[in-house]
Amino acid sequence: MACIEARGLRKTFGITIALDGIDLRVEEGRILGIIGPNGAGKTTALNAILGLTPYQGELKVLGRDPWTERDQLMREVSFIADVAILPRWIRVSQLLDYVAGVHPRFDRAKAEGFLAKTTIKRNSKVRELSKGMVAQLHLAVVMAIDARLLVLDEPTLGLDILYRKKFYDSLLNDYFDRSRTIVVTTHQVEEIQDVLTDLMFIDRGRIVLECSMEEFESRYLELMVRPEHVAAARALKPIHERQVFGRSILLFDHVDRQQLAALGDVRTPSIADLFVAVIGNQDGQAQGAGR
Amino acid sequence: MNIESNVVPAAGSATRPMYWSVRRELWESRSIYIAPLVVAAVFLFGFMISTIHLPERLRAALALGPMQHHKLIEQPYNVAALLVMGTTFVVAVFYCLDALHGERRDRSILFWKSMPVSDLITVVSKASIPLLVLPLLAFAITVVTQLIMLLLSTVVLLGSGLSVATLWSQVSLFQMSLALLYHLLVVHGLWYAPIFGWLLLVSAWARRTAFLWAALPPLAIGVVEKIAFNTSHFAAMLGHIISGGTAGAASTGDSMSMGALTAGHALSAPSFWVGLAFAAACLAAAVRLRRYREPI
Repeated sequence: MACIEARGLRKTFGITIALDGIDLRVEEGRILGIIGPNGAGKTTALNAILGLTPYQGELKVLGRDPWTERDQLMREVSFIADVAILPRWIRVSQLLDYVAGVHPRFDRAKAEGFLAKTTIKRNSKVRELSKGMVAQLHLAVVMAIDARLLVLDEPTLGLDILYRKKFYDSLLNDYFDRSRTIVVTTHQVEEIQDVLTDLMFIDRGRIVLECSMEEFESRYLELMVRPEHVAAARALKPIHERQVFGRSILLFDHVDRQQLAALGDVRTPSIADLFVAVIGNQDGQAQGAGR
Repeated sequence: MNIESNVVPAAGSATRPMYWSVRRELWESRSIYIAPLVVAAVFLFGFMISTIHLPERLRAALALGPMQHHKLIEQPYNVAALLVMGTTFVVAVFYCLDALHGERRDRSILFWKSMPVSDLITVVSKASIPLLVLPLLAFAITVVTQLIMLLLSTVVLLGSGLSVATLWSQVSLFQMSLALLYHLLVVHGLWYAPIFGWLLLVSAWARRTAFLWAALPPLAIGVVEKIAFNTSHFAAMLGHIISGGTAGAASTGDSMSMGALTAGHALSAPSFWVGLAFAAACLAAAVRLRRYREPI
């Protein structure tokens, strides 16, 4: 069974189209990264999946309609919607008591175990913790919930690199297994490149790229071309070209690795570079069409 | 994959989230119990000082007729009850205005919504604070305060060699408590329900200045009615609600007597039921609003 299945998912705010008829299928056991510029519709898509906003079109999460069955769905779905949504007045011990009280799938001992690895004190209030510690606390609570789907919307925004690294490390080591599904959006693309199993680019309410990471690695190649081969490389129709220290770096889609290796140094591009190529090109085309 | 067997049965699942939601409210808004406790403590302090002159006052009172005598002795006990009651009412008003507004303002609504607790349970748990928790709390605090007052007076009178019999016969603590409980549950819990329902609705709806949004529409309706028809039915109706209808008149009148208990006709007044229906409509609207609401 697919964990998330959407057909023609659409959402408008007045005349602004946030989601323009998205078709989506996320299988169980995947870690999907949704990448897009600000205002692309990422958060709207996640809100629809979490039953926080009504929508048009068909959407099933774990076989349920998130808008009408949100309360039941929340037993099996966890989410961290932002770095700073834990109530500031609550004490750590109260937070654990509350979640243990209302959530049938919360394992308190597990949460205590995660917290024992941090410097967070039980009687501290959330307002007394640093931003990074609040993120650790929220993650400890969420990882102790035996959920089937975890949704993370910019979970590490504003955290320093150590906390960001720790965040994804513990997510992978202590939480993820093949029966769980994780959907994450972030602007810090580099850090999740090795975490993801699937990748999706979304821009202006539409999906512009969708592939697994294996596919990503076999499909896209980046060539740092030797000056004398630039013309030959351009003939192979790169999807993007940029200059770094006077050398051309070309991004290719579906071009044979051997063929490129003859022209320069070949490597797998970063998601960020592909993002710039795909979304940047789109913007260019859109502007060109507008003229 | 054996997922279905892991799902905890839904039986009894409404009471646990409800219980923890109410506890959550008490954690967050500690003024719910701190404010009336402080008022009671301050009052007790004042009363304690005043008991120095209690023997003289009692002697003077004995010279008066039995009615004034009774009034004079019982008065501070009623004042204590009114003070605690008034405090909890004010606390309830401010609590309601913030209840569904604060969680959107600090974005924590996103966290609460990530828990398997429905909007209905959340709103009902918040409504239970002014409708049930605060009246019962006011009752408990008042009864304890009055008991302490009675004990203090007794000790002072015993020390001065006066008879405590008059004091104990004039202060009928048990009857007072019964009348108080009735008053709190019926007037504060039920008669005021439309007020609290309205405040909770505004708190779920307003983006900012919830207090203004709560106060201005009733004021506007009253003013427009006055100008257009030169009548004041709306204002009279509000006054009727705030005075607690006939139940309030009976029990806050002379003193909280057993007479209030027989005032069962309060429940047969149509305005009482209209008020409850209005309160229910407000709460239903608040539940619906919370479902659509996003952080502000």
